[in-house]
Amino acid sequence: MSALQKIFPNMYRDSVALMRLSAEASDLPGIEAVSAIMATEANIALLAEAGLLDGATDAGPNDLLLVIQGGDDTAITAGAEFIESALTETAEGPSEGGGAPALPHSIETALGTHPAANLALISCPGEYAGAEAMKALRLGLDVMLFSDNVALEDEVALKTMGDELGRLVMGPDCGTAIINGVPLGFANVVRPGNIGLVAASGTGLQQVSCLIDDLGGGISQAIGTGGRDLKSQVGGRAMIRGLEMLASDPGTEVIVLISKPPDADVAKRLMDLASACAKPVIVNFLGADGGAGTLEEAAHLAVAAGNGETADIKNLPRHNLDADALEKARAALGSGQGSIRALYSGGTFAYESMLILQPLLGTIWSSSPLNPDGLLNDPWQSRGHTVIDLGDDIFTRGRPHPMIDHRLRGERILQEAADAETAVILLDLVLGYGSHDDPAGELATAINQARDIAEAAGHWVHFVGFVCGTDADPQHAARQAEVLGNAGVLLTPSNAQAARLAADIVGSGS
Amino acid sequence: MSSDLFNSDLSVVNVGLDSFADAIDGAGGQAVRTDWRPPAGGDGSAGRAVAALINDAQIDAANETAFAKYLAAQPILEGVGRAGDCLPGMGERTITHSGPPVAWEDMCGPVKGAIIGAIIYEGWAADEAVAKSLADSGEVTFAPCHHHSAVGPMAGIISPSMPVWIVKNSDAGNMSYCTLNEGLGRVLRFGAFDAEVLERLNWMQDVLARVMGAALEGLGGIDIKTIMAQALHMGDEVHNRNAAATSLLIKALIPPALRSGLDQAEIAAAIEFMAGNDHFFLNISMGGCKSMLDAAHGVAGSTMVTAMSRNGVEFGIRVSGAGDEWFTAEAPVVDGLYFPGYSMADAAPDLGDSAITETAGLGGFAMAASPAIVQFVGGTPADAILRSREMQQITLGRNAALTLPALNFGGTAAGIDVRQVADQSVLPIINTGIAHKEAGIGQIGAGITRAPMECFAKAVRWLADNKAPG
Repeated sequence: MSALQKIFPNMYRDSVALMRLSAEASDLPGIEAVSAIMATEANIALLAEAGLLDGATDAGPNDLLLVIQGGDDTAITAGAEFIESALTETAEGPSEGGGAPALPHSIETALGTHPAANLALISCPGEYAGAEAMKALRLGLDVMLFSDNVALEDEVALKTMGDELGRLVMGPDCGTAIINGVPLGFANVVRPGNIGLVAASGTGLQQVSCLIDDLGGGISQAIGTGGRDLKSQVGGRAMIRGLEMLASDPGTEVIVLISKPPDADVAKRLMDLASACAKPVIVNFLGADGGAGTLEEAAHLAVAAGNGETADIKNLPRHNLDADALEKARAALGSGQGSIRALYSGGTFAYESMLILQPLLGTIWSSSPLNPDGLLNDPWQSRGHTVIDLGDDIFTRGRPHPMIDHRLRGERILQEAADAETAVILLDLVLGYGSHDDPAGELATAINQARDIAEAAGHWVHFVGFVCGTDADPQHAARQAEVLGNAGVLLTPSNAQAARLAADIVGSGS
Repeated sequence: MSSDLFNSDLSVVNVGLDSFADAIDGAGGQAVRTDWRPPAGGDGSAGRAVAALINDAQIDAANETAFAKYLAAQPILEGVGRAGDCLPGMGERTITHSGPPVAWEDMCGPVKGAIIGAIIYEGWAADEAVAKSLADSGEVTFAPCHHHSAVGPMAGIISPSMPVWIVKNSDAGNMSYCTLNEGLGRVLRFGAFDAEVLERLNWMQDVLARVMGAALEGLGGIDIKTIMAQALHMGDEVHNRNAAATSLLIKALIPPALRSGLDQAEIAAAIEFMAGNDHFFLNISMGGCKSMLDAAHGVAGSTMVTAMSRNGVEFGIRVSGAGDEWFTAEAPVVDGLYFPGYSMADAAPDLGDSAITETAGLGGFAMAASPAIVQFVGGTPADAILRSREMQQITLGRNAALTLPALNFGGTAAGIDVRQVADQSVLPIINTGIAHKEAGIGQIGAGITRAPMECFAKAVRWLADNKAPG
């Protein structure tokens, strides 16, 4: 145990400054106690009482007295040097003014500085998202609720409140929207135009808007509703409101409604509203009778209606591979190779694909199958024809979504390629804001590895895929397609065509 | 009614993933970025309660009324009286303490010590042992100062014979009271009750009260807000630093004291006592703040905080529209700067009614005024300015009568709104002294702390549950 006393004569420092300095110095290694004080009678008495000072000191009230106790002389010397240099430092601290103004912590305070804001885009954790949406509504904003894990009763309450206040509530779990030409969430950059979309499916909205763009049409507004909107409890409130808003929007001439099959009553209500609407309404309830059968058909019907024409959807191409090429593709397969393994990042693509494949091929296995008897016991292990949505909760737990992080899909591609049954690996590639910067590059790496694995096992695996995106997207659709093409992927313009091509490769012929 | 979203330029408040804001900006829209954090510190039910209270016309109108009453208050230091005669509802066997209600057996060391001291001082018991058994017996009523229109620093002990400052709000007429400051070291408010402490209390009751009373009578009262306003321009925040305000007070009191005709030796002793204690003004500051905030209390529907207070066990707040309710949480131990030989391990949990100053927009809220003590908030005047600005986010408005030079003479942030505290998860900042956990040792440090979120979470839940329909 060592101790040191040092007097700095006629040096004044404020007591609070000295307390802070002492606290900092006492954190140095080997220091047990530090006290720097103005040597007033009261302070010296305090030091003595604390056992830091034995005997008298020569320091007077105008002197600064430093007392250090510690394990050894080296530590104490270091401590004293630290204090001395701090006391003699003349450099100025950060400049006045308190730095840049802090960002607002709440929607209400954000409105304080931006009173003209008109929409809240909420992507905080689901347990808080409902309350944030309620505040946004109370503050006069329309809402896009990207967050998922919002309770169904909260969704009903929010949409009821939205109806009362005349506000649009998109979501919860609304992944994408395009409002006044601005892409929100996971959205693509599409040409402006006269077609308005309302979709309960994020990737469905992306596919239809991108195909419309590809066909030369354009989008006025694209409204997401969240996947549960058309359940009976919610009653399609957001889709109904969206339909009404588009019906009265002068910039919209054609309306497209997109969803998986709704509750029957909700479907009827929407069909009634659609037929009563003064504008053409194209209904694409996947798997339901009537309306457009696929997302691709919906896009064709919409573009034709937007041009005042009718679309000949019966004669849309089955896919874009000619008979010779198809025959070659079949010939490349070995005798045991007969299965499709579809690894989707978009849930609606997986669903649409199952709808197309099941009538052609029979049972389609999945972790979210069309029929309960197609449920995979182990979602991590494919069997027969398997269609997987890697964006499903069971795969995303503790990991980013496969549109952002391709590692899980890459691993699964290798796993399927190693399976001697696999004939076709079917893939989607979704572009747009929010998605990975170079998803084709990621996939191509996995595809090349997969080919090596298959080759080593003595078989050839086909890759079939499509790009959902536009050339105006940050990733540039044509360049992404080129990367996939170079990796030997058979590319189709749409998911429906990709699914049919895969079926034709493994099937006995159409 | 229908949204006119499609007919306006899109301006998006982005709550959550920042990359979405980048995309909006990149595509020619306007993104308003936020630094969102879970409301009420992540307390989900409080977060939902806040959502039900935001942008409510009735609440906003009630807050406007409450805040206007706070702004209009003119606390005048009128004189010195005897607590038992002045404090409404105070019986002859009542002792008041700081903070929310607490039972004798649960009280912290300094409060128990101070109560023992007050019992001996009152002559209800001759020594510590008898005083303790009297306190145990239930024959003495213990109540928060706040329940009797009073405030007290640290233990906050007021017994019937003690002298108290009398403060009248000349605008609304409400009366407030506070003890006279004993100085630092071994004093009753830190739980000391030895002979020297009791002797000083007797002298204060006799001589100091007489001189102060006579001087104030000669002056016809002192406008407390004026002294505060001047002191804010002289480096005080009138909670942890009162050097300038005390000097201004002495300056005002000396001439009328000298002219009072009282014994010159008594006058000299009283002035010396004041001059020896830089915190002498603190209790007047507290009484003034209590006066302004009591004026704002009791407005139905209002979410404005009218008291923040600690008893060394619990931290409690009161809200204008919540009547007599206290919303409490465990009192934090302050991670401050400690005097030589002491550390957090020696500290009593946060204690005293003095956070009434922060509730009124002073103290930690006015940190920008007080460069001398900025070391408590990280060391630089810039940090202090940041704190004062941060408090503007959780308050109903600013007090133009109490201005801060460093904020270009803008008014101090005042009128804490429990909704904003919970919604933004920004907690009121409090400058505070730190008492030793054992009775009688005294102050062992000082620092800044934050009011616990739990108090505000409870308050917003109560307000949402008791909201008027409509």
